[in-house]
Amino acid sequence: MTSAPTPPAAPRPAGRRAAKLDERLAGYKGVWVFVEYERGQVHPVSWELLGEGRKLADALKVELAAVLLGPPDGAIRGFCDKAIHYGADLCYLACHAALKDYRNAPYTSVLTELVNRYCPEILLLGATTLGRDLAGSVATTLRTGLTADCTGLAIDPENRGLAATRPTFGGSLLCTIVTLNYRPQMATIRPRVMATPSPDPDRVGRVIEHPVTLVEDSIITKVLEFVPDDRSAEANLPFADIIVSGGRGMKRQENFRLIHDLARVLGAEVGASRPAVQAGWVGADRQVGQSGKTVRPRLYIAAGISGAVQHRVGMDKSDVIVAINEDAGAPIFDFAHYGIVGNAMTILPALTQAFTEHLRTRKRAC
Amino acid sequence: MHIVVCIKQVPDSAQIRVHPVTNTIMRQGVPAIVNPYDLYALEEALRLKDCYRGRITVLCMGPPQAEAALRKALAFGADDAILLTDRAFAGADTLATSYALAAAIRQIHKGLPVDLVFAGKQTIDGDTAQVGPGIASRLDMQLLTYVSKIVSLDLDAREIVVHRRSEGGVQVLQTRLPALITVLEGINEMRFATLTDMFRAERHPLTTWNKDDAHIEDPTKIGLKGSPTAVSKVFAPSPTNRRAELIETQSGQPADLAATLVAKLFSQRPELALSLKSSSTPDGRSA
Ligand SMILES: Cc1cc2nc3c(=O)[nH]c(=O)nc-3n(C[C@H](O)[C@H](O)[C@H](O)COP(=O)(O)OP(=O)(O)OC[C@H]3O[C@@H](n4cnc5c(N)ncnc54)[C@H](O)[C@@H]3O)c2cc1C
Ligand SMILES: Nc1ncnc2c1ncn2[C@@H]1O[C@H](COP(=O)(O)O)[C@@H](O)[C@H]1O
Repeated sequence: MTSAPTPPAAPRPAGRRAAKLDERLAGYKGVWVFVEYERGQVHPVSWELLGEGRKLADALKVELAAVLLGPPDGAIRGFCDKAIHYGADLCYLACHAALKDYRNAPYTSVLTELVNRYCPEILLLGATTLGRDLAGSVATTLRTGLTADCTGLAIDPENRGLAATRPTFGGSLLCTIVTLNYRPQMATIRPRVMATPSPDPDRVGRVIEHPVTLVEDSIITKVLEFVPDDRSAEANLPFADIIVSGGRGMKRQENFRLIHDLARVLGAEVGASRPAVQAGWVGADRQVGQSGKTVRPRLYIAAGISGAVQHRVGMDKSDVIVAINEDAGAPIFDFAHYGIVGNAMTILPALTQAFTEHLRTRKRAC
Repeated sequence: MHIVVCIKQVPDSAQIRVHPVTNTIMRQGVPAIVNPYDLYALEEALRLKDCYRGRITVLCMGPPQAEAALRKALAFGADDAILLTDRAFAGADTLATSYALAAAIRQIHKGLPVDLVFAGKQTIDGDTAQVGPGIASRLDMQLLTYVSKIVSLDLDAREIVVHRRSEGGVQVLQTRLPALITVLEGINEMRFATLTDMFRAERHPLTTWNKDDAHIEDPTKIGLKGSPTAVSKVFAPSPTNRRAELIETQSGQPADLAATLVAKLFSQRPELALSLKSSSTPDGRSA
């Protein structure tokens, strides 16, 4: 991403600077997705990226590969198969005891080595704490371009290049970034920006094991301990099915109780806009939007939220959006599916009541 | 102990507006501020200095006006400030930015050896979180990103232990100096600068380096020329042609509006019933 303070207001034709690929770089083929494996689990963003990577690979008519790094434990192999079920044609597997916990140096060296050996044209990683740490180092080591936190990816049919779209200027505008005469083209994408594909358990593919030579003694950084978060207290907004969110229009912390009441009846998570978080009405892990979480629930209910772009980019992929706002002209009504123009303090309790009724009668019916 | 803190001057994006007709950025009158995330990095460095003594050098690459950002850092207690400014740096993406900053840090290191480099988690204009890892990789320093706490620093053994935020938990990491640390927001609360501090900072000599002062070895690696990425298009998010279906009832009473909405939701979106069934019970307790 261009980090100069003054990107051009008028589009600059990218073609002017060495858009033509060197012959050597034209030999870079295939789309790769880095599959984030830690402590026996794969981060779901990896499956989302395989879905997106599949589309890119199809557009380019090349293969889609998953890349898995980790310790040689029993679980990791199974995830190669799973990556194939989610759309990969093949999986590169690199196992070593030194890859047990994520550390920048050994992960960077193994991933860089794999790229230099097999030469993919595109490499995608999740914009997680791990993915962003690794992507920045790998791109610098490979001396190639990296576009962070993309919200859309496409292939330019003219030059087969990756066109990566991301928010810019605090989210008020979007920009499309291309990588010129450098390969691979790297991008990170936040969890939940892309849809999870449905896995096909009958899909088969190849697993290519890559021998790793690492020496633990020569790795300077050591992991002394891992302290897992208290999952019970933690909000899991990105993967919630239903979210009830409140904004500045809720006016006071006490009024947020109405949000919690409705959420409880629906079995929903509570979300918030940034002003509600800044006011201390809810914890920062509940902020939805550009500087908070990206969510895609089946139902998103927004009360007292105006629908500023920075909020919208984090939630407009929700299946159904319901907005409650006093102001019929609020921008949220331009992208919500259903709206009630009215006072959230009276509408929310009425909705809680109506949903309770609905659930009660439904239970009786079955 | 010598710490270099990388700070960037950014437009206060909260105040940026897009022209409704021409879709261009209206930057007139938008104040420039120190990237808010970098203040956490500066404060954390100042706290280490409070404990261990030493010097703090703040480094900023930007146009001449970025001097204001460095003066602010000086007012808070930084000892030296270096402004890396040259037309040749303009248009740099993260790869070219980390190249230039790394060259400058090498130069600073020649004057006084650098033990730690601090950077913010990310900038609010570039928003990439890549410059820190980029610098570490170019200087072959140990990289510690998303640090939420500095647990201990042993200058004799040249060892540091930190908490690093990772997915699903916190890693306790130990590494050797020199290291580059990117600091998580909220790790500390910025101190205040008094009026005297600000006056002192105004008079403080500031070092300005161009590309030659920074000993840029390969001028094709900086600025626009050294940037592998290019912006091909800037545009406003497309307005959806959707417009919410507004629920209206004759009475306009909340109860009627709510009942109408719920009925509509379940008849028009039958798939919703499924997500409700799995996640809740009618008495309101989550299953
Ligand atoms: C770099 C940057 C990053 C940002 N990141 C985020 C982010 O991640 N998430 C985020 O949410 N924002 C973010 N913002 C802020 C964003 O621009 C908006 O300021 C914010 O989303 C507005 O929150 P809001 O809708 O709650 O408040 P407001 O815009 O003030 O809207 C309040 C709404 O409540 C309505 N209202 C008032 N009273 C009632 C009532 N009694 N009943 C019903 N409706 C009522 C009003 O009509 C109004 O529409 C960011 C901004 C910047 C610059
Ligand atoms: N022009 C710059 N001058 C000094 N430091 C910078 C500059 N750009 C980025 N940084 C540092 O790198 C961090 C990450 O920036 P970014 O990769 O743009 O999100 C920032 O928080 C700063 O500490």
